[in-house]
Amino acid sequence: MRKYFVVFGLVMTMFFSATASAREVTFDTQLTNYRGDGAYLAIYLTDSNGVYQGTLWIAGRDSEYYKHLRGWARGSRMRRAEYDGLTGASITSGRTLTMTMNIDDSFIDNGYEIHVDTAVEDRRDNRSDVMVPLTSEGAGKPVAGRGYVKSFTYNF
Amino acid sequence: MWRKLHFYPGLLAAPFLILLAITGVILAVSPALERSSAVVPSDGMISVAQLAQSVVERYPSAEQIKRTPSGAVIVYYTRDGKPGADLVNPETGETIGPYEPSALFRWVKDLHRSFLLDEAGRVLAGVLAAIMVLMCISGAFMLARRAGGWLLLLRGFKGSGDSRVHSELARFALIGLLLSALTGSYMSATRFGLLPEPADNEPPFPMEVSDGEPLPVGSMEALRSTDVNNLRELVFPYPGDPRDVFSLSTRQGAGFIDQATGQFVEYKSASTGNQVVEWIVRLHTGEGLWWLGLLLGLAALTVPVLSITGIRVWWSRRASGDVQDNASPADADTVILIGSEGNSTRGFAGDLHAQLSRAGRCVHSADMNALAEEYPRASLLFVLTSTYGDGAAPASASRFMEKLALFRCSTNLKFAVLGFGDRQFPRFCQFAKDVDVALASHGLARLQSPAFVDQKSPEQFSQWGSRLAEVTGLNIRLSHNPAPPALLDLELVDRADFGVEVEAPTSILRFRPDAGTKRWINRVGNKRDPLVDFHAGDLIGVCPPGDDKPRYYSLASSSDDGLLEICVRRLPGGKCSGFLHGLQPGERIQGFIQPNPEFRPAPGSHPVILIGAGAGIGPLAGFIRKNDARHPMYLYWGGRDPHSDYLYRPELGSYLRDQRLTGLRTAFSRTRESAYVQDKLNEDAQNVRKMIEMGAQVLVCGGSGMAAEVRAVINNILKPLKTDIESLKQEGRYLEDVY
Repeated sequence: MRKYFVVFGLVMTMFFSATASAREVTFDTQLTNYRGDGAYLAIYLTDSNGVYQGTLWIAGRDSEYYKHLRGWARGSRMRRAEYDGLTGASITSGRTLTMTMNIDDSFIDNGYEIHVDTAVEDRRDNRSDVMVPLTSEGAGKPVAGRGYVKSFTYNF
Repeated sequence: MWRKLHFYPGLLAAPFLILLAITGVILAVSPALERSSAVVPSDGMISVAQLAQSVVERYPSAEQIKRTPSGAVIVYYTRDGKPGADLVNPETGETIGPYEPSALFRWVKDLHRSFLLDEAGRVLAGVLAAIMVLMCISGAFMLARRAGGWLLLLRGFKGSGDSRVHSELARFALIGLLLSALTGSYMSATRFGLLPEPADNEPPFPMEVSDGEPLPVGSMEALRSTDVNNLRELVFPYPGDPRDVFSLSTRQGAGFIDQATGQFVEYKSASTGNQVVEWIVRLHTGEGLWWLGLLLGLAALTVPVLSITGIRVWWSRRASGDVQDNASPADADTVILIGSEGNSTRGFAGDLHAQLSRAGRCVHSADMNALAEEYPRASLLFVLTSTYGDGAAPASASRFMEKLALFRCSTNLKFAVLGFGDRQFPRFCQFAKDVDVALASHGLARLQSPAFVDQKSPEQFSQWGSRLAEVTGLNIRLSHNPAPPALLDLELVDRADFGVEVEAPTSILRFRPDAGTKRWINRVGNKRDPLVDFHAGDLIGVCPPGDDKPRYYSLASSSDDGLLEICVRRLPGGKCSGFLHGLQPGERIQGFIQPNPEFRPAPGSHPVILIGAGAGIGPLAGFIRKNDARHPMYLYWGGRDPHSDYLYRPELGSYLRDQRLTGLRTAFSRTRESAYVQDKLNEDAQNVRKMIEMGAQVLVCGGSGMAAEVRAVINNILKPLKTDIESLKQEGRYLEDVY
């Protein structure tokens, strides 16, 4: 049984400026059935060198644990401004996080990558559980994660 | 005030607190379990560099090494694209086995901190922790009050039952429970921002690294200088990212290490605030302090018992008539002071309180320890107290004597002391006697001399009430019966009637006791049923129809005789004796047993002198029947006419023949001799004296007139021995069952 956590159109004015050429992108992140508490997720964008560009979403409300989302923490330096308004509940084992974002066209097919860092209390942290280029070609193709993410898909 | 603060929140929170405690107990075992399986090298033996080096040799894709507070070392790695976690030996880096956090402990932990309800549950758990702090503090004050002072808490408590269990457990668990509750409250309060939390201690991620060729991990200076026992966590750089760094977190601080130089690029020592918080967490979880964890678990284990006994104590207090409508000490015209070890005296005091209030008095009830310095409007002072052990004050009166020294008797205050005790104990009601003397020498006037209630006897209490009503002119009728006794079904199987011709109609009634199904169950369990376990000399309480005040009759048989036998004289207009005399075989009544172990022949081979008159022979005949050991036993008994009211005549004959009865002297008042039992004692004075000198025990049963005559005669007999009945009584050698 799958349940969907749906987060709608949060317009990211700070970084992804909502220009006329922005595209609505839906991200589906389905977790494996690991045994553990709700997972913390950081979905963020880097350039082709892995340099952090901006936060798309943080699942998990307790900022005390954010340091375990290691790649994101390093890139964002965990500054509140980076994730303010972009947080939601942690995701329980086996469930799917679905959220939709407006992303500027310039980030698509331009070498940028989507990363998903995951962490679960008392279990391992997964830096770049998922790492996938943001391209028109890759849209709709599920990618398996190497940690708690069973499959990750984005659709325009 | 403490009591209310203790009970009501406790009652509401009890189910949750029990759940918190039980889950806490399970979690408390976890650090000890982990510790028992962990390999902990001695300090200075292994550095983090050595560990990391041996780990990367076995796990080239190691991502993270974590050391739990218990000393277990976990390596997180990826192999063939699959994430894994292994426990490794910190001394060798060898794999111990795959690491999988226990699903049970995780579930229990979630239950413990959030009742599996996420945020709402966490709030609830935090509130409960705060309630627990309140329970501990209010409980501590109540304990100290009960013990008579904080230092006396160390000595423990007297008493018995739920209240004792509750206090003793609480005394031992208090520190542990308070520690768990305080640390738990703190953790919750910081989580919800109610208390400030020290800032996170991680240094900022370094902006610049040297970007050179990475050093082998085993030769990095920052890792070589860190002992493995101080390690928390070492995170390896992301593979193939030369600009990434090692993140090291230790007990002392946290920092980032340059891959190329092996030196810290950023480091921050743990702040005092962080260390304090860390200790608070450790004190709560027992992480790394396995022995503390076990102690806290032990303390938590008491919570279910404390909850249940606490509720039961409260309930019994309520059931025994907790004082309602208590006037203030300043307003009261009547004051009742209670000295109680358990709570049974309170029940009697509650009845007195209610009756006096009903009679229009303005009554203040309090523990004896709460004696005020003055009762400005009081004219009557009642002290109802038990005695603890060998004449000591009971718990709620432990400081009475010192408080009395400060007491100002400004009004014309009259007092009466009622002692509660058990005549089986040598210094029966000694504390009550001491209080009586102390009050008198403090200048208070006696309303009446001290009276005593043996074994919570409702009858003696109501008798005291009647005397009180006479002395004060107040319309009160005391009728407190502490524990409503279990009723026995009794079927009359036969009766023998005597004395009708001499205006002393007396019947020996034999009943078959039947405790119904309960007895059947006990028979299956091969246990004796306490309901139908009785001895000659015990009492049976019977209420006549339409009357709820029981009358008591001495039993003439024991339960192993099979039948319950009583000897009842019908009194003119006697409601209950008339009712019993009207019974025909096959009819049923209900009654309850009131044990009277004090009135029984002492074990041993000393002679026993039984003295009775009329129906008073009942228990005495029962004692003789039980004299299978053939100890010397003499009976002096008085009746009216041998042809009419010679009770137990055939039985006594057979007892004499089989030597269960050594000697029998009877006296009849309506014969030509016109003798009474005391006359026969007088005739036998020398024998009686000799037997008492030999250590004989005297048991008297009958009307109070007869008992007084017998006392006079015996005291005369005792004179040459330079002793008297009072001293015999203190030795338990002169017992009376008088009505």
